[in-house]
Amino acid sequence: MKARIPYVIAAVCAATLLAGCGERPQVGKLEQGRYAGKADTRPWEGGTFKGDKGAWEQAERNRVRAQNEYKRVE
Amino acid sequence: MARMKFLCDAERCIECNSCVTACKNEHEVPWGVNRRRVVTINDGVPGERSMSVACMHCSDAPCIAVCPTNVIYQTEEGVVLHDKDGCIGCGYCFYACPFGAPQFPNGPAAFGARGKMDKCTFCAGGPEENGSQAELEKYGRNRLAEGKLPLCAEMCSTKALLGGDATEISDIFRDRVLRRGKGVEAWGWMTAYGKEKEGAK
Repeated sequence: MKARIPYVIAAVCAATLLAGCGERPQVGKLEQGRYAGKADTRPWEGGTFKGDKGAWEQAERNRVRAQNEYKRVE
Repeated sequence: MARMKFLCDAERCIECNSCVTACKNEHEVPWGVNRRRVVTINDGVPGERSMSVACMHCSDAPCIAVCPTNVIYQTEEGVVLHDKDGCIGCGYCFYACPFGAPQFPNGPAAFGARGKMDKCTFCAGGPEENGSQAELEKYGRNRLAEGKLPLCAEMCSTKALLGGDATEISDIFRDRVLRRGKGVEAWGWMTAYGKEKEGAK
């Protein structure tokens, strides 16, 4: 049993040292004309509208139409 | 839904700067950065015209074409946004933009230092979770995700600045132009006090 201990230590040390070789590339992969940043969520996804695109569009439409003061006063 | 656009009616803009103030307050924009500003032509001369200018969210945005790190993108609604995490502050987008929309905070460093680019987001935040603290700190409030419109347009006292779906705001503007006429009819005594009634003399 004792004879195996140095081999185990050597294996652990080798694994630790080799872990340094597994470094990931730190430079972003750039493709011409392609967005390379983080992905964005769409406005109707999440909190208020919970994925209901139709409800979001209706809410936006109502807001836009409210900018026409002729329609508000007539 | 078509494309989100701004439209500024030069006949109505009175250079009150409420759009600028609303934007700065809503997004907690730092000193030295103006996502929106009011430009006046022939200031002080009768017939002067003012325009509120910010990012026009171009359909074929030159800033997207020149960004060396490719971190500027366009959403499905036509809003031009960018990822600040990948921005290197080179300023190419500023050179490319015909409206001077991209802004660079100077920070505490000596002159010449550029921070990450900051620009009008059409109140649509950026590539972070909708309504998150990270989004607020980096890009400002995401009003679009709340079903609202950009605050500058909604705050405009004379409704000179319209924002929203391009076809809808075009309809509003077209209706307005037809009602008010053009040239001398558009502003002046008659517009303010109405036409003289027949037989009033």
